This record gives sequence, C-alpha cells and structure tokens, in this order.
Amino acid sequence: MIRKPVFVTVSLLITGVVFSQFASAQDTIKVGVLHSLSGTMAISETTLKDTILMMIDAQNKKGGLLGKKLQPVVVDPASNWPLFAEKAAQLLEKDKVAVVFGCWTSVSRKSVLPVFEKDDGLLFYPVQYEGEESSKNVIYTGAAPNQQAIPAVDYLMKEVGVKRWVLEGTDYVYPRTTNKILEAYLHLKGVKPEDISINYTPFGHSDWQTRVAAIKKFGSTGKKTAVVSTINGDANVPFYKELGNQKISAEDIPVVAFSVGEEELSGLDTRPLVGHLAAWNYFESINTPANKAFINQWHTFIKNPKRTTNDPMEAHYIGFNLWVKAVEKAKSTDVEKVLAALPGMETPNLTGGTAKVLPNHHITKPVYIGEVKSDGQFNVVWKSAAEVPGDAWSDYLPGSKDIEADWVTLKCGNYNKVTKKCSGQNYK
Amino acid sequence: MKDPSWGGLCLLVLLALGTPVPLRAQSPNDASFLSTLGELREATYSDKAAIVRRLSQSGHSSVRAVLTALMDDRLYFRNSDQKIFIVKAADDDPLNLIDPLSLKSAGPAAADGLTKIGTNNALRREVRETVARFALSSPDVAVRLDAVREISRLLDEANVALLRERLRVETNSSVRKEIATSLAMAELDGPDPRARLKAVDTLRQSLGQDVRNRLALLLDKNPDGGFVESDEKVRRAAAAAVATIDGWRAFYSGIQTLFFGLSLGSVLVLIAIGLAITFGVMGVINMAHGELMMLGAYTTYGVQALMPGHVGASILLAIPAAFIVAGLTGVAMERTIIQHLYGRPLETLLATFGVSLILQQSVRSIFTALNRSVVTPDWMSGSLRLNDALEITYNHLYVVIFTLIVFFLILVIFKRTRIGLEIRAVSQNRAMAKAMGIRTEWVDAMTFGLGSGIAGVAGVALSQLTNVGPNLGQSYIVDSFLVVVFGGVGNLWGSLLGGMGMGIANKLLEPYAGAVLAKIFVLVALILFIQVRPRGLFPQAGRAAEDK
Repeated sequence: MIRKPVFVTVSLLITGVVFSQFASAQDTIKVGVLHSLSGTMAISETTLKDTILMMIDAQNKKGGLLGKKLQPVVVDPASNWPLFAEKAAQLLEKDKVAVVFGCWTSVSRKSVLPVFEKDDGLLFYPVQYEGEESSKNVIYTGAAPNQQAIPAVDYLMKEVGVKRWVLEGTDYVYPRTTNKILEAYLHLKGVKPEDISINYTPFGHSDWQTRVAAIKKFGSTGKKTAVVSTINGDANVPFYKELGNQKISAEDIPVVAFSVGEEELSGLDTRPLVGHLAAWNYFESINTPANKAFINQWHTFIKNPKRTTNDPMEAHYIGFNLWVKAVEKAKSTDVEKVLAALPGMETPNLTGGTAKVLPNHHITKPVYIGEVKSDGQFNVVWKSAAEVPGDAWSDYLPGSKDIEADWVTLKCGNYNKVTKKCSGQNYK
Repeated sequence: MKDPSWGGLCLLVLLALGTPVPLRAQSPNDASFLSTLGELREATYSDKAAIVRRLSQSGHSSVRAVLTALMDDRLYFRNSDQKIFIVKAADDDPLNLIDPLSLKSAGPAAADGLTKIGTNNALRREVRETVARFALSSPDVAVRLDAVREISRLLDEANVALLRERLRVETNSSVRKEIATSLAMAELDGPDPRARLKAVDTLRQSLGQDVRNRLALLLDKNPDGGFVESDEKVRRAAAAAVATIDGWRAFYSGIQTLFFGLSLGSVLVLIAIGLAITFGVMGVINMAHGELMMLGAYTTYGVQALMPGHVGASILLAIPAAFIVAGLTGVAMERTIIQHLYGRPLETLLATFGVSLILQQSVRSIFTALNRSVVTPDWMSGSLRLNDALEITYNHLYVVIFTLIVFFLILVIFKRTRIGLEIRAVSQNRAMAKAMGIRTEWVDAMTFGLGSGIAGVAGVALSQLTNVGPNLGQSYIVDSFLVVVFGGVGNLWGSLLGGMGMGIANKLLEPYAGAVLAKIFVLVALILFIQVRPRGLFPQAGRAAEDK
C-alpha cells in the first residue's frame, strides 16, 4: 500500500525529471524542504516552502549549481512534531538530500535535531527563536534574542521612555525563554521587580477581557508602560481587538510584538493595531532595489500581486544564497565541506548590508522596529546602526552566560569558558 | 491694506466674528502657512513635531483641519508638484483631494501619484493634544469631553488657562464636572492650603485612576524626608479621598469582572446551544458542530465581501445567511449520514468527526489556510463608558444581548410552535409520535437543521470576537460539549445556567490563577461535579430519560 507522503515524493520526483529533460539522477542536487503544508502551522510554513521553490527555480534558470540542476524534495510534516523527525530521516536517509530548508516552531526544530546530528545533515532554520542552542548541523538564519527582543526593549527604554513592562506571552518554550532573558536584562538595567508583570495565556486564547483590563490597570500608575508581546499568531487578533475596544491606544501603552508580521496582518482588520510596534530584521516596506526585485519575483512566482513578503522569507533567501555560495566555494555538496566553507561566508541582505555566517552558526542581521500602518505594512521608526551578530547563548541568563559556541576553532556548540569544557548537547 | 500682518489679522477677526468672507486671494499669512506645511514633506518625526507647534501658533483658520488630517493619516503631497492636500478618506480610490487653505474640494487624484505624510506614535500624541485644544469649542458634547480629558494629561499654565476659559462658557454639566476635576488637580500645586483642601474635596467625588494617583502622590515623602504635601489637614483629607476612591474602584472592578464572566458565559452558551439541540434533544454526538460554526463565520466573511462599504448591514444580513448555510449543511449531513446511524453513538461520533475533517479541508482548499479578515462595524467597537472606573466593551455587550435573544427565540420555537411540539414529541417517544401521524424522519432532519443553523449563527458572533480560519471550530468544540453535559443533556435552561456559571467561575479565578490555571480549575471542578451528579445540573426526569 502506497502511503500519501511517498506518493507525493514520487510525483515530485517525476515532475523534477520532466522539468530537467536531459537530467539523469546523477546530475541533480536534491534540496529538501521540510515545512508543514497542512495542520495549524500550514498558515505560516506554506509560504516558506514556496519561497524555497522560487529560489530553486531561479537558480536553475541561471544554470543550476556546479553544472547540475537543483531538484526540490518537498515533504509535509503536517504540523506534527514527531512526524518532523520521521520526515527529516526520510529526506536524509532515503532521498539523500544535500541540504534541508525547514522547520518553524522551536519544538519542531528540537524534534529533528537528533536526526540531523546522527545522519550528519545540514538544516537552514529561518525563524526567530529563543536561542540557547548551537548545533554543528544547523545554520540559524532567523534572529536570536539579541537580534530582536533586546534591541526592541532598548528602543522602548531609550526612545519611548518606558518605565513599566508587561511581558505577555503564549505558554510555550519560545515566550518563556525570551521573557526569562528579557526579565534578567531589565533587572540589569535597574527596572524594579514590581515594574515588571509577566503573564502567559494558552495557545489560541480568545477571551482577553481580563488580561487587557489588568494591563490597563498596570499601566495607569502614571509611569510610561509598554507591552512586550510574544503572543503566538492566532491569539493576536482578539488581543489587539480587545486593546482597541478598551481604548488602549499605541500612544498610551505601545505593544511591541515579535511574532506579528506582514503575513499575519494580511488576515485581519488592522485598524485597532495602528501605531503598535513590531521588531524584525526585515520589513516588506523597506525601499531598496534588492527588496523591490525580490517582491516582484515573489509576485510573479506566486501569481498573486497581493501576497506579502516577510522576515522568515528573507531568512530563507539569505540561507539559500549562503548555501549556494558555500557549495560553489567547496566545489561539492558534501555536508562536511559545505559546513567548513560556511563560517565567514557573506551575502547581501534584502534591506541593505550583508549577512555573515558566524562561527556559532548564527548570522549577522540588521534590526528594524516598525509601527503598524493602516494598510498592514510597517513604518520603520528605528534601525540598528550596524548589523548585530547573533548570539547563541544569552549573556543575561546565569546558566548560559559562560557558554560559547564556536564551530571553527573550538569545534563545540556549548563550550563553558569557566570550566573550559565542551559538554556536548544531549538533545534526547 | 498696506501692512500684510494687519491684513491677516483683519481676516482672522472677520472669521472669528463669523462674517461671511468673500473668496480670499492668497494672503501672506496663507503663504507662510503653506511653506510651513510644506516642510512636513521631508522632516524627521521630531522636526515634524516642531512644525506642528509652529502651525498651531500660526492662527490660520485651517490649522485644525490640517492637523486632524495629519493625525488620521489623511495628509498627502502630490508627487508631481509637491503640493500638500488633505484627502477625504484614505481608503477611497481615487482619492478625493481637499485644498488645505480653502478646505474646498480639489477634485480626485490617483492614489499612486500622492505620498502620505507619515506619523509615529509620539507625533500623533503631540498632534492629538494640539487638536484637542481646538475641539474644546466643538458643538458635540462627547468631543468636548474627550478634549478636556486629553488636555488634562498635561496641566501646564496654558492648558489650565484654556480650561478656565472654557469653564466660564461651558453649559453641559458633565463637561463642567470634568473641567472642575482637572482644575482641582492643577490646584493641588497651588500655594494656599485652604484652596488645596478644597481641591481634595472636589477630587474625592472622582473615580479616575489619574486623580487617585495624583492624590496618592501627596502622601509620598520628598527625598529630604518631608512630605510632598506640607499641610497635615490636606494630607489627611487626601488619604481619606484615596481610600474612598480605591473602595469605589474595587467595587466597580468587581462589577466589571462579573460582566467579563457573563460575556464569556454568553459565548459558551451560544456555541453550546445548537449542540444542546442536536446532542441534547436528539442524542447525536456531532463532532462537526464546531465546523458548522466555522461555516457561519465564513458566511459572514462572504456576505461582507459581497457588500463592501456596508459593514454594519452585512453583519446583520450574515445572521440569517449563516443560519441557512449551516442549517442546510446540517440537513444534508443528517439525510446522508446520520440518519443511518441512529442508536449507534460510536459510529455517529466517527462519521461526524470525518465530516468535520472534510469541511475543514474544503474550507482550507477554497479560502486557503490563511485567516480571513472580518471587519467589525463601528457600532461594535469601542466601549460604553459608565463612569471613570467602569467601561463595558460594545462587542461583548452585544454578544450577551444576542445570546439571550437567540436563547429565548429557541425557547419560543420549542414551546409555542408546531415544529417545536413535534420535536419534543419525537424526542420523548418516537414510536408514539409516529403513531400520532408525525413524520419522524422529517422532524429529525428539521431538528438537526435547527441545531446546525444555530451553530452557524454562533459563528457570526465568533467572527467578531476571534479569528476566522479553518481551525475556528476545533477550538470551541470541547467547550460546547462541556457546557451541554454540565447543564444537563436535553435541557436548554441547563445549558444557559451551565454556560454562564462556567464563564463567571473562569473569570473570577483568572485574575488570581492566570488564564491557564483558571481553565484547569474549572475543568477539575466540572469533573468532580459530574462524579456527583452524572446527569448534570438539570437532569431530565421521567420515563423518556430512562430510555436513553
């Protein structure tokens, strides 16, 4: 009995062969795409699958890579975390892909890590995450906390004069870790514990009356208050609606969000959100020739001029270009050689500046803070002076302060500078 | 008129007197106003704030209109000649231009030929305060009230003078009260202890958080150890006033929590009430109940897309539309699948679960997995301000009212109509009902259709509260079963009281336990309750209940 995923792979294989008429199995390079195409995460991840397909398509039109055509192998882990590991094993062991672009949630990444380390695969992970990780087999092209959360808090503290903080998040690993880092950072900056309020709500929380009333009360002491939101996707709409209905405007209590981007805004009524903030490393509204070309390419590929671009898409754009450059430098798709070529590799960002792969397998990224406009785009109100290097282990958490990741000289993802030991991560 | 500034002044005087002014030639005042306005094109946000201040001091007659437009993101400049225009509404296409000097229409223009003059939060705050000074003399009481509140945020000399002036001519009592409160707050900084005491006395009647904070400030100590307020009498009065205000605020916050509970309870009742019919009355475990609600929500989206520009009407029209769409889907489900499975609850459960997956995936295929944006009409956003301490949001208020209407409509259908009588007859004793000549199969289909239709109507309400996406139903299905089981299967009143009770319990716990724990507590309490009373709050009595 043929199961559906196998059928999908087979059909993709066939299409791949049809597209590259003269190509036989030997002169194609297989590129794995591991994004959920069904289930709750499909809403975000389908776009990333399309982005990689677009990049592969463009690369093939340029003549491929090392004289070979690139061939995508798309699998659907269906927003099911254990299935992510199974599909990753399938890509690495059965399809023998040269590289995998994939995952969105931290839990899916944690689920595939042991597979990638065992089979020595290469994963490009494109989403902003909580840090506290550095794997030999993963290149993190999304932001670490010091490339998104910390600069956002700095902006609010210095430019907006915020004195009281509400850290509002959905109850799972990314908000909990990020808030732990932020809390430590705020304490370090002299914010008293009574001026910080931390709260978690379940996934898809839709009744925000009590929480918003509490935020309003917390913000009514006369000190400037801001909300740092790590609220996950779906729960944001009722949250912002309730803020609007209880007449909390961005001018009084601004909300800075780390998971609300152009794609999320396209599905909702933006009027109650105008003026609220988001911190990202890319905004569609940033006007550069490279970004314009990318947006045009995307609209042509997806055949819909209204589709938005977003931050994780740029991360995939950067990741793909880095991989192509590294393969060209290594003159091989062998994971060992590509991983050796990657640190120090540079590629231009869409919004200006360059992304450089660091020894800790993170990259340098510019940081932007934007205010939501009524058309669902962002008005950039602040940008970092230069690209910020991604820090795998936060400097503000007691446990991870002394830990360093360096895959060039130390060959270690968590080297303790005090005990001078590489403890090695145990993901199982 | 030789002296240009005199000319401008004369014009202003004329305008102020309300004398009709003939079409004006461009005066020097206009020219400087325009050139200041023009600087907005390229200024940074902080420069823009300075320009706004200069504009407001220019005394030009269109300052208010221009600044209001800037605040609402309706101030543009034309790319071809860099001229600045106000547009009538930012979402018109083409945009309707208004000349910033004469405030007369300047014809339409394509949106891509114009560039918006951007604002950020700090600038909007500044502009809002400036505009509020103009709004003090608005004929609309609500606008004046907002203006007073806006100005009271910064009680400097100029603003205090402005408020005093307004108080002299103000006739509306609530605006007068608001101004008096603001002035009393300013008075607290005065040198005369008696005046301060009087101010505290005035402020005692207020409920505002800002007033309370200001009074509490009097009780603080300076860095040198002395009190901020030197006079002990004033201090004692302030302490008493703070206690009074705190007491009232706690009381109103209790009422607010109660309302939060009622509104959450209404949502629970609304999503459960359809199920109370299909599951409660017919005994069908319908796992696709959530998806029927999702269909209702998508119908709202569809109706809204069909009639752009009529947001309010589209929501009202969506209610019958959603009832029909979800109801027909329900009838189709009953006729094709469920009728073959009566008396086999496990198979029904599996079959309807399958239907729910099919419905979800078809919606995903047609509308994509992305959430759809359903616009909230203006009359449903914002809140009803009862006093300084208590505001009730309109959308939740409407949901409470809507739920009660739906509930009593169903009661009427059940108790007062023929179909209601037949439904009750069939559910109580099918064989007997059949013997009396009731077409039981037809009644089954109608009952299921009614329950499904109500689910669709619940979907319309949900579209105003949460995301419209393929997963909408999943997040509510468990809650709806809980309410029905808790309330007592087969009893509508049970569902009403059960839902409301769960909502209020949840909201009473949430401030102490957090949203996650509150929900867990309610669930645990429910489990314990079901252990004691397996048939829920209002168990069905009599022979019919024994048959089930």
